Amino acid sequence: MTESDAPGSGNGPEGDHALISAARDGDRMAFEELVRRTYTETYTLAVRLTGNREDAHDVVQEAYLRAWRGLKSFRGDAHFSTWLYRITANTAYSHVNKRRRHRSVPLGELRTEIADEHAPSPEEKAETAALQSRLAMAVAQLPSKLRAVVVLKDVYGLAHEEIADQLDISEAAAKVRLHRARKQLRDLLYDDRPSKESTE
Amino acid sequence: MKCDEVQALLPALLDAGGTPSVEVRVHIETCLRCQADLVRYRRMLRELRELRTRYLEPSPDALSRTLVNLWEAGEQRAIRSMLTGRRLAYLAAVGGLLVIAATTVTVLALRSRRRAPIAGG
Ligand SMILES: [Zn+2]
Repeated sequence: MTESDAPGSGNGPEGDHALISAARDGDRMAFEELVRRTYTETYTLAVRLTGNREDAHDVVQEAYLRAWRGLKSFRGDAHFSTWLYRITANTAYSHVNKRRRHRSVPLGELRTEIADEHAPSPEEKAETAALQSRLAMAVAQLPSKLRAVVVLKDVYGLAHEEIADQLDISEAAAKVRLHRARKQLRDLLYDDRPSKESTE
Repeated sequence: MKCDEVQALLPALLDAGGTPSVEVRVHIETCLRCQADLVRYRRMLRELRELRTRYLEPSPDALSRTLVNLWEAGEQRAIRSMLTGRRLAYLAAVGGLLVIAATTVTVLALRSRRRAPIAGG
């Protein structure tokens, strides 16, 4: 598992537009090309949201199936990738909730998976790479409800309103979860908080 | 104001428009520990944003597996929904017949009850 700085596609939105309308008419080859172009991004989002690769693959699979079936409802006023993000976020959220009821990934296993994925590249400054690596692991360790919000807000830059809509919670709840998630991330990253002393 | 109280507010202060009260601002301006914590939060946020473009490579066969499963799953669902559709149509037909039968029985029963007093009087 490696990390790269750019997804596989070098194609513009015009090309996407033609593919989308062909796919909407039932052209499977066109849809396959859209999948190819967006695959790495979708997979990355799914890993960030689920916290592990196995679930991410399931989520990606389901997200593309939902996208294919729902393509007629895609109006084209947003980017295809944004629309796909929404579907992926939604799928990941329901997948993680469902999975939580059945099984859980042991923490040790999860740490190794995410740490491997974030092995620092040689050209990166060691400190930043180490922080990135720890951060990615910390995100994966968050409870799923908190992780979903912090990934969508602080990694992907979605508005509170949109996140609330995606996760079917109130905006106030989205904010509370975000602030809790940031606090937990901070504690996971910098485990050096002094005991109870304080200044007035 | 205590550091713990201020630090509990820091995650919310990072939001756009998250303006601290005068009391909180004064504390942060004069407290090195809370300043350091704020710096850490800001750095953390910067690094979180960076995660978006740090793409993770799926395993080499993942894409082809997704495409194969995509069409297979699509077909399976189509078959399932067709079968469900037929089952529903069947149930609807049976339900319709039952309703008709029940209505007929009720109407006949009412008629015979209406006739009964005439016959008796
Ligand atoms: Zn302080």
